[in-house]
Amino acid sequence: MAEAHGVERQGDAVVVTPTTDVDMSRSPELRQALREAFGSGAKRVVVDLGRVQYMDSSGLATLVEAMRTSRSSKVELVLCCLQAKVKSIFDIARLASFFDIRDSRDDAIGGSAA
Amino acid sequence: MTLKDAHVRIELRSDPIYLAGARQLVAAVAQRLGFDDAACSQIALAVDEALCNVIRHGYEQQRDQPIWISLRPEQPDPPMGLRVVIEDEGRQVEPGQIRGRDLEDIRPGGLGVHIIREVMDEVAYEKRDGRGMRLTLVKHAAGSPAGEE
Repeated sequence: MAEAHGVERQGDAVVVTPTTDVDMSRSPELRQALREAFGSGAKRVVVDLGRVQYMDSSGLATLVEAMRTSRSSKVELVLCCLQAKVKSIFDIARLASFFDIRDSRDDAIGGSAA
Repeated sequence: MTLKDAHVRIELRSDPIYLAGARQLVAAVAQRLGFDDAACSQIALAVDEALCNVIRHGYEQQRDQPIWISLRPEQPDPPMGLRVVIEDEGRQVEPGQIRGRDLEDIRPGGLGVHIIREVMDEVAYEKRDGRGMRLTLVKHAAGSPAGEE
């Protein structure tokens, strides 16, 4: 099975980039990558969703769990580059306002809180 | 929908690796029945969520159990709209107890039923005779009187 995500350090941020659909079969890998990112000493964890064509509620649950970790650990969590189909599931679940979502990766890595 | 009524019927194992294939099949049939891209994605999402619930709750993550998906147009001539029936042999629950969680309570999990009800026009759970559950999902064709409600 192909690698489900990329991880790279950019300054104080760790950028996690899922490269496949994030569904029930793939969300455990994203959950593990996010746990490692939060434990890496970074001040900000960015999830670049630009390559994700599809996400279901398993993916959303993984991100909600990450947001809870973010709040308890004081490490920022920022999502970026959501495709329209992925954005729509955040809207259906009425979770868009729960997350810090940026249009660009640069903004997500370097921007201050919206 | 009886077995004879189904225009497309597949059996898959309760393994999440097959979710992507099921989504693609359902989206392709929905597209052929005239749904636009957004509606095809929503129908595929609803089916995905339903399958996840069967795997997670019906079969408690066992990966070798059967799930059947049956598809047929809601209206035969010309074929429009889509009826999807998902059946399993998993744990039975009272249909009235199947509810989405309160969206104000933001926590991981529990969103699947809410998403299904949000994107489909008709959603009905029932117990199958003997064992397992049957979920019927209907998406009316855009432009049909029912679809404009």
